[in-house]
Amino acid sequence: MASKVIQALYNDDDVLMHAVKKVRAEHHHIEEVYTPFPVHGLDKAMGLADTRIAITSFLYGCLGLTVAIVMMNFIMIEDWPQDIGGKPSFTYLENMPAFVPIMFELTVFFAAHLMVITFYLRSRMWPFKKAENPDKRTTDDHFLMEIGLHDNENELAELLWETGAVEVKVTEKES
Amino acid sequence: MYTFSNKLRLGSFIAMGLGFIFLVIGFISAPSTVEEAKAMVAVHDDGHGGGHAEAATESHGDQGHGAEASHGEEHDSSHDEHLLSQLKNRPWSALYVAAFFFFMISLGVLAFYAIQRAAQAGWSPLLFRVMEGITAYLVPGGIIVFVILLLSAMHMNHMFVWMDPEVVAHDELLQGKAGYLNPTFFLIRAAIFLGGWIFYRQYSRKLSLAQDESDDNTNFVKNFRWSAGFLVFYLVTESMMSWDWIMSVDPHWFSTLFGWYVFASMFVSGITVIAMVTVYLKSKGYLEDVNDSHIHDLAKFMFGISIFWTYLWFAQFMLIWYANIPEEVTYYVARFQDYKLPFFGMLALNFVFPLLVLMNSDYKRINWFVIMTGIVVLFGHYLDIFNMIMPATVGDQWFIGLPEIGGILFFGGLFVYWIFTALTKAPLQPKRNPFIEESRHFHY
Repeated sequence: MASKVIQALYNDDDVLMHAVKKVRAEHHHIEEVYTPFPVHGLDKAMGLADTRIAITSFLYGCLGLTVAIVMMNFIMIEDWPQDIGGKPSFTYLENMPAFVPIMFELTVFFAAHLMVITFYLRSRMWPFKKAENPDKRTTDDHFLMEIGLHDNENELAELLWETGAVEVKVTEKES
Repeated sequence: MYTFSNKLRLGSFIAMGLGFIFLVIGFISAPSTVEEAKAMVAVHDDGHGGGHAEAATESHGDQGHGAEASHGEEHDSSHDEHLLSQLKNRPWSALYVAAFFFFMISLGVLAFYAIQRAAQAGWSPLLFRVMEGITAYLVPGGIIVFVILLLSAMHMNHMFVWMDPEVVAHDELLQGKAGYLNPTFFLIRAAIFLGGWIFYRQYSRKLSLAQDESDDNTNFVKNFRWSAGFLVFYLVTESMMSWDWIMSVDPHWFSTLFGWYVFASMFVSGITVIAMVTVYLKSKGYLEDVNDSHIHDLAKFMFGISIFWTYLWFAQFMLIWYANIPEEVTYYVARFQDYKLPFFGMLALNFVFPLLVLMNSDYKRINWFVIMTGIVVLFGHYLDIFNMIMPATVGDQWFIGLPEIGGILFFGGLFVYWIFTALTKAPLQPKRNPFIEESRHFHY
């Protein structure tokens, strides 16, 4: 179903922040804001719920740490114990200091990579996907705010011009 | 203007008085003859009697007694004398560890302050007066540490074995190092370090106060230049200070990243104290413009530098553990055998605890949470200094008893008294710092 939306373009992040606050104060629902770079505090201004990616990151880190421990235990202790530098590999604990760098690296590796993958999946981004942003200029130097319309076109357009938009347009949007 | 609350002043005086009494008891109860020392150990030595003699000679063979230690009778008497000097060292070491610990907090804050100045940081100018207050302790704290070092050089105690010409005469390694490691040069270096640090602190404070009254930014620019210069001076002298004042208690042992390791410890302790004093002043209604974001940033530093400290601790430990070279591993053997609890306890307090507690972003904004974590981190870093000094000076005769607690109380009381007195001397908010508006609106 296609829905009608109004789009306002801004060319400054400060102006955008004030506009977002003003539009929200007037009780309009902002559907999305497209920006060329992360704008600090925009999520709070838009009233978005806090991200939960930090929790996933912590869990992935724990997973990485576990993988490192199990892996090093199998490789260095169970499967092929060696005597390195006069330190025979009899138990994991005795050789643990040598494994700490690996434990650390795999913790970071798992946390970082799985967090990025989670972020892509959650944001519904995958290779060859058609870009969602409605205006190419939002990848360069413009900011775009998108608000759903409910027969209040003129009133909203006026409000948006007032907030310092450089362009306001109404379009149909596939959803 | 801040006024020193009577309760806090009274508390600091009580702490100083109590600490002084404990320290005096510690000094009086130290043995003065070999017989007294043996009697003391016999009374206290129910638990770890057997392994004690072995451990003591093994971990302290490097102190010049090693050569004679293997001969039967001579061994006994040299061991007894060694025990006596350990027990005599204990109150001195307790005094030195606590004096150095509180001194190092203000030195760490000075480094943090100079970095903020040199980087022209926009978020922190609101906290400059707090930092200047804490660095005020550099003057008395530095002088006290210097006096302790001077008394050591005058053979009042036996903490720095290389200061004893008798020991050096039997020790070729120490003879080789004597060109650098001799009492005169040692004291000259200490005077240069302290002179430089105290000069920068006083001059920067003067410029900072002058900036408030002036009508241009020349004082600010001057302060920026001096701070950048100071950081260069500090980087070199801090490292040398750590070799001189700490590493040289184990004169045979060396570690090339020791300066960094001590720096991490002082840096995280200093930042923790900035956060704690700021939260305290805010709770009393001062520093209205300091918001949760400032506390959040300080807590981020506490978290980050705690992990940095662990990184350096482990880097130092793992290389020595892996290489397993006898003259290097003795350092850790002594700690693993006789210092299990403080050594591993310190790792839990300085790494695991801040890692888990301060990981969550929201917790860094909860003021009482930062205070509680700060207390644990400070205790952990006291133990860190304890573990650096004690194994070399008192060996397995360590205990956290009256002299140690007395040292913490005395210098803690003096520290609190001095920094809060310094805070009353100037308005808590700089008026004309060019970044003050940015700092006021700092928002995460």
